[in-house]
Amino acid sequence: MSDAGSRSALVRRIDVRGLARVEGAGSLRVRIGPDGTIEIVEFAIFEPPRFFERLLVGRDVREVPDIVARICGICPVAYQLAACGALEAALGIRITPELRLLRRLLLAAEWIQSHAVHVFLLHAADYLGLDSGFEIPARLPGFVENGLRMKEIGCRMLEVLGGRAVHPVNVGVGGFHRAPDPVAIRGLVPDLEWGRAAALAALDVVRTFTAPAFPQDYECVAVAPATGYLAADTEAGPRIVSTAGLDIPCAAFPAHFVERQVPHSTGLHCLHTEPDATTGGRPYLTGPLARLNLFRDRLPPTARRAADAHLAGPCRDTFQSIGVRLVEIAAAFEEAAEIARTCHAAVAPCRIDFAPRAGTGSHAVEAPRGLLWHRYDIDAAGLVTAATIVPPTSQNLACIEADLRAFIPGVLDLPEPEAARRCEHLIRNYDPCISCAAHFLTLAVDRPPAGPCRP
Amino acid sequence: MTAIPPAPSRPRLAVFKFASCDGCQLQLLDAQGRLLEIADRFTIDHFLEASSRDLPGPYDVGLVEGSISTPADVARIHEIRGQCRFLVTIGACATAGGIQALRNWASAADYAAAVYARPEYVATLATSTPIAAHVPVDFELRGCPIDVGQLVELLTAVVVGRRPRVAPHCVCVECKARGTVCVAVARGIPCLGPVTQAGCGGLCPACDRECFGCFGPGPQPNLVSLTGFYERHGTPRDRLVRLLRSFTPWADDFRTESDRLEAADAAANAEPRP
Repeated sequence: MSDAGSRSALVRRIDVRGLARVEGAGSLRVRIGPDGTIEIVEFAIFEPPRFFERLLVGRDVREVPDIVARICGICPVAYQLAACGALEAALGIRITPELRLLRRLLLAAEWIQSHAVHVFLLHAADYLGLDSGFEIPARLPGFVENGLRMKEIGCRMLEVLGGRAVHPVNVGVGGFHRAPDPVAIRGLVPDLEWGRAAALAALDVVRTFTAPAFPQDYECVAVAPATGYLAADTEAGPRIVSTAGLDIPCAAFPAHFVERQVPHSTGLHCLHTEPDATTGGRPYLTGPLARLNLFRDRLPPTARRAADAHLAGPCRDTFQSIGVRLVEIAAAFEEAAEIARTCHAAVAPCRIDFAPRAGTGSHAVEAPRGLLWHRYDIDAAGLVTAATIVPPTSQNLACIEADLRAFIPGVLDLPEPEAARRCEHLIRNYDPCISCAAHFLTLAVDRPPAGPCRP
Repeated sequence: MTAIPPAPSRPRLAVFKFASCDGCQLQLLDAQGRLLEIADRFTIDHFLEASSRDLPGPYDVGLVEGSISTPADVARIHEIRGQCRFLVTIGACATAGGIQALRNWASAADYAAAVYARPEYVATLATSTPIAAHVPVDFELRGCPIDVGQLVELLTAVVVGRRPRVAPHCVCVECKARGTVCVAVARGIPCLGPVTQAGCGGLCPACDRECFGCFGPGPQPNLVSLTGFYERHGTPRDRLVRLLRSFTPWADDFRTESDRLEAADAAANAEPRP
């Protein structure tokens, strides 16, 4: 997994060739020079590129939600909802409050299943010094078992609303292909109540985990929720806000954030910049910590009490992210139960009809890992002419590298495998979804000389 | 496909990923509540998405997700084949090249330049192809994503030492079994159910929409007849081409038919209009 580089001239390397317990393929390379300075920190993505933005061109808008789901098997709903919101803005479709409510329920389901996979199967093992979630039951009986049940409830919610848990088939531009069954939705309520309590009980367990103290100054960026804590559709279109005072409509995102390609990665780095700046830009944080810091007062009551008891004050340490995710699981269960209780009749209409027209639209959604931004141009026939997708992990990459630069001096004296393991833990704090990070567009296209792509 | 070899008491399982969304591997983490049971029945020796435990081969069973789309992938899949007694491809990417195989109709250089400012940093092949185009494959599970029930059936069969049982028919049969009114016949929606491998349970028509073929072509599909029927009932050819070029566009039957329709469309458009 890791190997020590040449120790002559005190040059050391930490190589994590195949980063484990993340979705997708990534690696980390660090080089420390003879004087102890960190020369290189490269969190590299070698996920094979799949060129989604290009293959969307020429597709009918109705096909887009199914296609973008395939960018990420862990958070397909966020991709579907971001695409739907952007295309509906372009087409001038007004979504009813009832449909918006069901979309929030769908997003809650995805937060639950995605966070549960990360907390219980991928991340908790780091705090316990184990290789995987499979080994936890022997150490902490019931912990992972309850986590898997939370995940199953999330999957069941996705099935009730979307037809299946991975790549739901029932989400379309304008609403749902078929109205979800209100009896089945209300039938989820006891499980949703169990889930909220179970998430908070797991938070008590996680509090006993030991972790390094690693507070950092982050600018936190997130989509402002319309109502409650879960950011979903608003009639006026979402706003993007930050702890540094940013407050912009979603369409202005490209003026404030810039993507840069780096040689060591197929994932682009996204930086916060000033409007019209040609160079520069700073890392920023998106995801659970950012949301908690920005919208703590929007948490539903039980989740809010737990957050205040266990995670008081601004949360600046990504090693606490496992607890923040549990607060968000509890919040998602709590908001979902509230919505499910009110589902007395099948939503009608389940889908708003539309006629194709030329236009441009953008939308942003809070995926489990953070801000997800989509923009589409469509022609009069309803075919996509351009697509831009900025996933959360690309936005966190610069932050992860900045964290590593600050973190590595503290682990340099450890044996190589242990140092590598701690760096991996730090990266996993972000729940990087590397399959998504490999697919997005630069804002400026610099065409290469003609000829085949370099192998 | 070969008969499954007798398995040792705790077969060594490895899971590998190529170009994909991770959704099929996630089905393994779902496994209908049987994940921990599976973890007990196998020794999971290489499954990077779920575990830092990483032991060298040879493995008894290798599950491969994703398509081959970079030069490094080609070398790696040969190495993996050499390490796995029983190699199973899982999902539309591994079995048919996935949606990213749409690039096979275009220039890869053009694709890379549209997404990356400096395409020379990105190593990519001109095509995205299924695993079986590179190495022999012992069994395949279709779907985008694969069906959890079929995955559990496969793993059970491995433990017991028998051949996995997966449906040998098309989605149409699943709609009839489920009691879904046919969206093609009753509502005139062009649906790929009659030519698509079963396994999803007839999911999309049950949601009042067309099957878009994510399990790939079924046994002996009569595509020319089906698309001819949809054309006669008013579906434009370009829409049928897009329907066939969705999540398993590079599967032989779908590819051949979408190419035929596209050529017919081009020829029709080239004719002088009266």
